[in-house]
Amino acid sequence: MDQILFNLGLLAEYPVVNLKIIIDGVMIGALFALAAYGLALVWGVMNVKNLAQGDFVIAGGYVAWWGAQQGMHPLLGVPAAFILMWGLGWVVYKLLITRVIERDLFTSLLATFGLAIMMAQIMNLMFGSDTQSINLGYETLYFADGLIDVPIAKLIGVCMAAGLAAGVITFMKYSRMGQAIRATAQDSRAARVMGIDTEKVYAFTFSLNSAICGAAGAIIVMVWVIQPFYGITYSVRAFVIVTAAGLGNLPGVITAGLGIGAAEQYGSHIFGIGYQQAIAVILLLLVLVWRLSQQRKNRQVLK
Amino acid sequence: MELRKLALSVTATAALALSASAAQAASHACEELHLGAAISLTGKYATNGIHAQNGYDYAIKKIDEAGGVKVDGKCYNFKVTYYDDESKGDRGATLAERLINQDGVQYMLGPYSSGLTKAIAPVTEKYGIPMVEAEGASRSLFNKGYKYLFAVLSTSEQYLASAITLAAEQATKNGGSPSDVKVAIAVENDPFSLDIRAGVLEDAKKLGMKVVIDEKLPRDLSDMTAILTKVKLVKPDVLIVSGHSKGAATAVRQIGEQKISVPMVAITHCEAADVTGNFGDFAESILCSTQWAETLTYEDPIFGTAANYETEFKATYPEYAEKKVPYQTAQASAAVYVFKDAFERAGTLDKDAVRDAIAATDLKTFYGDIRFSEAGNNVAKPMVLRQIQGGEYNVVAPSAFASHELVWPRN
Repeated sequence: MDQILFNLGLLAEYPVVNLKIIIDGVMIGALFALAAYGLALVWGVMNVKNLAQGDFVIAGGYVAWWGAQQGMHPLLGVPAAFILMWGLGWVVYKLLITRVIERDLFTSLLATFGLAIMMAQIMNLMFGSDTQSINLGYETLYFADGLIDVPIAKLIGVCMAAGLAAGVITFMKYSRMGQAIRATAQDSRAARVMGIDTEKVYAFTFSLNSAICGAAGAIIVMVWVIQPFYGITYSVRAFVIVTAAGLGNLPGVITAGLGIGAAEQYGSHIFGIGYQQAIAVILLLLVLVWRLSQQRKNRQVLK
Repeated sequence: MELRKLALSVTATAALALSASAAQAASHACEELHLGAAISLTGKYATNGIHAQNGYDYAIKKIDEAGGVKVDGKCYNFKVTYYDDESKGDRGATLAERLINQDGVQYMLGPYSSGLTKAIAPVTEKYGIPMVEAEGASRSLFNKGYKYLFAVLSTSEQYLASAITLAAEQATKNGGSPSDVKVAIAVENDPFSLDIRAGVLEDAKKLGMKVVIDEKLPRDLSDMTAILTKVKLVKPDVLIVSGHSKGAATAVRQIGEQKISVPMVAITHCEAADVTGNFGDFAESILCSTQWAETLTYEDPIFGTAANYETEFKATYPEYAEKKVPYQTAQASAAVYVFKDAFERAGTLDKDAVRDAIAATDLKTFYGDIRFSEAGNNVAKPMVLRQIQGGEYNVVAPSAFASHELVWPRN
């Protein structure tokens, strides 16, 4: 309790720290949002809850890291991871996901859980279990007597994440494939009747998800660190965000992502960093309780 | 009942096979002496598990070359049966049962990590199998009253406690008193790191230091900015961070990015996270704890000096040529050496006699002195602190073995 009061006191004494916490939170949240966005796509379109989401993120990180080891410019790792992970996503879809797509919830959960374990272990065998990261060696910007620091590498990462998100949203809205994906999400049978090749749409969606995750991972390896077994962190965050925001609500996913990032930062400043993930889960609980009460009030039909 | 019968017959077959192979080996100069180990060859501890296995194998080779193990006039060579525990505790315990019951192993080498050792120790204890381990440092291993568990390494609460001593020395040198020193602690919430924290807290309290930040990092930590911002506001004199290699990498990167100017920063797992290679200047003048360094002045007749161990090991395992030989490897070799010494002093292969001989070990090795306490941990070897100076790891504490002066304050 003393600790909490002391921490709150620090916030009051140095108000500019609030700004720093929000900036840090938004930067982390942007990357969580990216992974969550891919999950929302796959969940909404194919009704597959992909537990290997975080492992796709880490795999993308390793693509960028490996590229950088071979002398590639680290920033090129992001498109490289996008493309390679697209390919991997397609292979995984054809080998595994297509077989579980029409099955019940547990089949897809089990299958993707197995996939997550396998991916982590394969990465461990390929790259070893050491933590890896890429140091871009860029400057850090300082504001307010050095209390606020914005590493340029982080800034670039967040901009890339925003660019990618904007690209995907535009694509979903205006392209034929995007329309087909949305149509399939609304009603796959009707879409099939209308002549949409849903199998192709599924394969495309899953590959797109994997590519988005890959790009997010390539950004993460420049800003933080990766290790073969840290995929679960991103899986958990993605699930929390998608559940809180609701499916098919893409702006909601992004807002929730940024919000959870900021809330975690605030929570860890006030209650101690050990409670970081607890904050995310408590937030999810509150949102669910609130949404349940809203639904009771409105008496809507569940989609 | 069925099961027991099966186990019995399997044991009998194993014993038969063992005696057959022993008879075969008799034609050679030395007989085989079987050791067993469950070690992490896959899973999250794979990197370090393989370091440890290489350390075991290298020591066996060196002892072989030096004439083997002489027990009661006869000569033996060690042979280890390894199983992969997949970095999982329950798997480790099952494999220990299998080694003992099916393969008839009478002496064990330890697995990698405190967690695995904790899982296996009750099994070896149950069967009265002596185990010399080199990779489990948690002090909770040594308060259970185990009689057959011995560890050649320093226990984890000593890992960063020497940084506190060093900070106190600096304070006195600068005309202050140790009680003016403010300590900030950020450790991961796992048994190993919590031990480190306990050791630091104990020493800080003894010296009257004030602990201004004391936080536990979550296991899936990806970001430390919240804690470091606090550090920036509170301005402690010492910052202690321990969170395995992820914690080390995150801390070094973000301390650099946020320009945290604490006079002394001490962390663990510098080498595993390769902080100098990954973060260059950010890692400058950070203190890293280690069990062993090749610049130390220890030596023994089998491996020569610590420096000698380093060069010869690299010649045998060229994949280490580019990097430093990790201390995990050195201590694994030391564990095998303890067995050799104990067998020779015991003069018999009886496992209880060997156990007593291990307990009475008083050995000087290239890895440091080895003498076990009643609880089984090594009390003769101090923990070493190295400071990153110009991208090199230089020993700065304890002062008796220090090759370089401490740079203080950092940047």
